[in-house]
Amino acid sequence: MKQFVISIRVLNKFGVLSRVASMFSRRGFNIDSLTVSETETEGISRMTITATGDEYTRKQIILQLNRLHEVVSIGEMPFENSLIRELLLIKVKNSGEHYQEIMDAVNIFKGSVIDYAPDSFCIEVTGESSKLNTFVSVMGKFGIIEMCRTGAVALGRGSVSLKDMDMAYLNVYKKY
Amino acid sequence: MKLTGAQIIIETLIEQGCKTAFGYPGGAVLNIYDELYNNAHRINHIITAHEQGAAHAADGYARATGEVGVVIATSGPGATNLVTGIANAQLDSVPLVAITGNVSTDLIGRDSFQEVDIMGITIPITKHNYFVKNVDELADTIREAFKIAKSGRPGPVLIDVPKDVQLATCEYEAVPVVEPFKMEKASEANIKAAAEIISEARRPYIYCGGGVILGKASKEVVALSEKIDAPVGCSMMGLSAISREHKNSLGMQGMHGTFAASRAMAEADVIIALGVRFSDRATGNKKKFASSARIIHVDIEPAELGKNIPAYLGIIADVKDTVTRLIDAVQEKKNEEWRKKIDEFKAREENPNFDPSDMRPFQIIDCVGKYTNENTVIATDVGQHQMWTAQRYPFKKPQTFVTSGGLGTMGYGLGAAIGAAVGTEERTVLFTGDGSFGMNLNELATAVTFNVPVIIVLMNNGVLGMVRQWQSIFYNKHYSNTTLGRKTNFKKLAEAFGADGYECNTMEEFEKAFSKAFEKGTPAVIDCHIGMDEMVLPMTPPGGTVDQMIVKKKDINL
Repeated sequence: MKQFVISIRVLNKFGVLSRVASMFSRRGFNIDSLTVSETETEGISRMTITATGDEYTRKQIILQLNRLHEVVSIGEMPFENSLIRELLLIKVKNSGEHYQEIMDAVNIFKGSVIDYAPDSFCIEVTGESSKLNTFVSVMGKFGIIEMCRTGAVALGRGSVSLKDMDMAYLNVYKKY
Repeated sequence: MKLTGAQIIIETLIEQGCKTAFGYPGGAVLNIYDELYNNAHRINHIITAHEQGAAHAADGYARATGEVGVVIATSGPGATNLVTGIANAQLDSVPLVAITGNVSTDLIGRDSFQEVDIMGITIPITKHNYFVKNVDELADTIREAFKIAKSGRPGPVLIDVPKDVQLATCEYEAVPVVEPFKMEKASEANIKAAAEIISEARRPYIYCGGGVILGKASKEVVALSEKIDAPVGCSMMGLSAISREHKNSLGMQGMHGTFAASRAMAEADVIIALGVRFSDRATGNKKKFASSARIIHVDIEPAELGKNIPAYLGIIADVKDTVTRLIDAVQEKKNEEWRKKIDEFKAREENPNFDPSDMRPFQIIDCVGKYTNENTVIATDVGQHQMWTAQRYPFKKPQTFVTSGGLGTMGYGLGAAIGAAVGTEERTVLFTGDGSFGMNLNELATAVTFNVPVIIVLMNNGVLGMVRQWQSIFYNKHYSNTTLGRKTNFKKLAEAFGADGYECNTMEEFEKAFSKAFEKGTPAVIDCHIGMDEMVLPMTPPGGTVDQMIVKKKDINL
């Protein structure tokens, strides 16, 4: 079982998110995280999907996503050759006695305190998922009130882009 | 010219070559039906008894003609009644366009009368679907739906059109019939690699699936089998691709496949799998499946390669083009020893005690085969009668077998037979059982109203035979809810619907009834009483291998 990140560019049509999500649920694949956002191209959105599975699952996810008519291009984002980032917002108890320890951790993880109240902090940290996991576990002992994470977004290194693959699709499947 | 959405729907359907639509009117499609009324001379519409029947009819129409089937239903229950039919088409890769009405856009999401999110409901069971919000997009959406439905591996596409979009107007201009997306072609390297594997084969076997029929590659597959001297076994979906009388045909393989096909598949050293998806019903235990063979898998759908069975050589390509080029690339060969072995397998299938005068399933099917011709479409429902038909009927031409494979939909047959008969304008024979027939027999009304030549051969054993068979073999003969004990008089029932009814207890009676009904060519039900303990054999237990095949009842002490 391995974790992998897959990026897809999709036509921004009504229902495209449920179409992608439905493929995962009906074939029994689990999504670790899923993000959707606009792209530089009007009408095209980008989804970044993190999932865990064996080689068969990884291949099938790519092939089954590829069957969806609104998926314009698709690519795996290998960890060693991609820029993968996630954002964490975490609210931690401010009891006073651990103030310095928390501030040190925020500095080491290059995070920032974005809200302060007499009894709580809210901290923002960006980075790869593993970094956020570590930060969360460090905060654990100070008392986490609540937290949320965006899930991973990813781009490949260098000038190669997933967008280059759009044209192949759009030429073949020219919008009627 | 400026047209309303409803007019655009009908114009685009006609433009895209739809001659007959099946459906059922209702509140949210009144405008579409008004246009059907105005255009009755240009497009035919068949109203069924239930939307499910309409969906199956459009499916049967598509399978028998190779064209895109069209079905129309209203919002809410009309749309949900299509669901089984759409899923059925999806599992068997049938090109279908379903058009549903919906409530006006200002009422969407308010749980309005007869409102359902049919687009959401059908996402997992369609190749693609649409909710049209704007009349400007309507014509192109329908065109794209046709294109997607018939491209590559075909499938059903649903278009949901709210009522106000049907009323709104915009410019419409006719365009030619859309062509399918271009199919992938095999690379030269892959053709060469495949030819090499085949030339090394001493026990080659062709596993022919529904993709061969959809890809119109039957002739090529037969030619390949002749050139490399390979027997051909078919998945149920591929059955009519090769004439059952051809010397290379071994008939169906899989759970209820013939002894020869299953044995040959197990002992082959090279399997050429064409347009198949290695369904669990066709392979049994996947881990032990054809372990001695190298598999060349050709399919147009990339996701099928390696999905169920890993291929030694996977080729994503149009099967017709690939096989045509393979024929040129391979050397003619003879496999004497293999041929001898195949003949031995075939010989073991012969039943010396076969008596054509027994009122039993194979005898009934043989008798039907005496009267039908090569163009007669054979439809079935789902269950024992379906397997017997698949095992026994002498199919000769592609597209003449209309049956629910992947979804296994009891109640599919009558609607599908009506669709096939309408599409081919030929007599269609439906083999069904009392269980399946009971599910959607209301469509008898449709057959009678439109005088559709459907001859229904009802194998009536008073039980849900296939489930009973499993209960006999695997569930200690606990016949839970499979002994129906109904008192239905099918002869009278047929007559009440306005069809001809026959009741037969002997083969003599059956032959008389069938020949008369087939000759007459109007809707008829022939109620054939058969024993409740008839079994479909051979049978490979689910998840089993060919070595566990049950060939005769006495193998399992029954």
